[in-house]
Amino acid sequence: MADKELFVQGNEACALGALAAGCTFFAGYPITPSTEIAEVMSRKLPEIGGHFIQMEDEIAAVGAIIGASWAGQKVVTATSGPGISLMQENIGYAVMTETPIVIINMQRGSPSTGQPTRSAQADMMQTRWGSHGDYETITLAPSSVQECFDYTIKAFNLAEKYRCPVFVMADEIVGHMREKITIPEKVEIIPRQMPEKTDNYLPFDAPENGTTPMPSFGQGYNIHVTGLTHDKRGYPSTDDEETHTQLVTRLCDKILKNTNEITSIETEFLDDAETIVLSYGIPSRSALTAVKQARQKGIKVGYIKLGVVWPFAEEELIELTKNAKRIIVPELNLGQIYLEVDRVLGKYAKVELLSKIGGALHTPTEILDKIMEE
Amino acid sequence: MADHEHKFMKYLRKERLPHIFCPGCGDGIVLNTIFNAIEMSEVDFENISMVSGIGCSSRIPGYVKCDSLHTTHGRALAFATGLKTANPKQDVIVVTGDGDATSIGGNHLIHAARRNIDLTVICINNDIYGMTGGQISPTSPQGSYATTAPYGSTDKPFNIAEVAKAAGATYVAKYTTAQPIQVSQAIKAGLENKGFSFIEVVAQCPTYYGRKNKIRSPVEMIHWLKDNTISLEQAKDMTEEELEGKIITGVYINKPRKEFVEALEDISTKISDIDPDTNINRAYRSE
Repeated sequence: MADKELFVQGNEACALGALAAGCTFFAGYPITPSTEIAEVMSRKLPEIGGHFIQMEDEIAAVGAIIGASWAGQKVVTATSGPGISLMQENIGYAVMTETPIVIINMQRGSPSTGQPTRSAQADMMQTRWGSHGDYETITLAPSSVQECFDYTIKAFNLAEKYRCPVFVMADEIVGHMREKITIPEKVEIIPRQMPEKTDNYLPFDAPENGTTPMPSFGQGYNIHVTGLTHDKRGYPSTDDEETHTQLVTRLCDKILKNTNEITSIETEFLDDAETIVLSYGIPSRSALTAVKQARQKGIKVGYIKLGVVWPFAEEELIELTKNAKRIIVPELNLGQIYLEVDRVLGKYAKVELLSKIGGALHTPTEILDKIMEE
Repeated sequence: MADHEHKFMKYLRKERLPHIFCPGCGDGIVLNTIFNAIEMSEVDFENISMVSGIGCSSRIPGYVKCDSLHTTHGRALAFATGLKTANPKQDVIVVTGDGDATSIGGNHLIHAARRNIDLTVICINNDIYGMTGGQISPTSPQGSYATTAPYGSTDKPFNIAEVAKAAGATYVAKYTTAQPIQVSQAIKAGLENKGFSFIEVVAQCPTYYGRKNKIRSPVEMIHWLKDNTISLEQAKDMTEEELEGKIITGVYINKPRKEFVEALEDISTKISDIDPDTNINRAYRSE
């Protein structure tokens, strides 16, 4: 079987990516503009012996995929802003219990029910700390239909490798846009790592900054999984400061200390760039066009696109932007990742927000005008 | 000492003992009936997974030597739905309480029952929130006291067994901790029913319900349960006023129908002869 070319929408590409990554279980709740993902999964999963369940709400959707993940399956759900709000409780549970799950969020205008059929990038902070407590997650931001496919596969692999919730944060435009994609003949897949069954088996005894293999229910490990602070056996130990500190620090460090392994950054024209447009997700499409137009005018401007937004690639960005005087951050919100960029790069360059809300994407001209402002 | 060990000790994570339950709590009686039911039934203990939510009763699976998932408040049935569907070979027991199952988890309860997914749910109903220190619950009798009902509860309580039955559970039974034999038999029947089985066990909480409602000792509470218990048969001829505050026990329904995961698998079997290499875009074609 050779590579396949398809003309599909982003939502469908996410579903196809999930299936290519070995996903066999989807639980979800209908919500615009992500519903097509559920529709495709409901059609495809029974064909491969997988399972699709339309749950009673998004809280239950994440509960069900966590349950299925502990039964040894690769799992995903898809939603949009109002749904991601409901999911937060069990996202925290997945973090605490180190359960691999993938959540696809087709962002829409918000807060509250906002603009169901328009685009936004306003849930970016919610994927980081939307649930209560100190924790870190992994967040990918596709800007094209091809990336919907590729990043969803990558999300599954990262979820298995780091045993945590991984978000694919696209938006209404990418979700509903149709583009040609290539489905490669072979896709790199990280399978679930099963532990060795030993007498003194400790299911939560992970190496420093690392993750431990994950057993499945029904295999005789007799493990206890709890959202309470637990020791290396998985047993609740809620009053011990040391246990709590070690556990929560490890859960954060396994992401933060592997930032360079996890993140991916695309760059163009950085060599002599004095101004850099730094973007993620759909605005990067307009950003690249604008940067190319500016280059034609002889302006020394470069382009950075974050494929992975969380963890934030601090060190790499400092290195990449060290010669820049000015950094422009176009976002479909009133400034979320801008604040993080400013925190990290603000002491070396002037960081400027190019915000846009209401549902439409920045045009290249709007970004070009911003580049030429000085 | 091993000679005197309780016969069910082999099912416990001994290293986790002593447990957190108060003296006189009903949870121990129910745990005993669960083990008894497993031994009475054809179910293999090695094949059991347990799921629970939050609350005193939800701590039970943590003491049982099986795979156990102690989840978020009210959500046990959502997690169990995923766990069971993904691996239907397991016998999944869900342990929950009145607040967990009917207040924060009420939506999940009615939908799991509606689907008739093969889970055995044991709901320990002590009419109060024990873990948080004695607040009112959706099953607290009208007029009963709690830390958040200092003037007495005004709300009409749920009869959880009726709720589960109305929502579509295929096996529903309700007994009290004063009827351990009946509870064991009901759990056994639930384990053997291929579908959603709901066993409500009305239990004593001397620490909070008893203290707040002047039924101070565990023994007094057991008497209180017995005195208020009537059978479904007896209830038939009683008026609504006469039934107020009564615990109506018995088998509410035992009527099998198609199980949820089986129905899903039927679809898979029916369509899986479709060539998976056919145009993957087919999902969007009108047919």
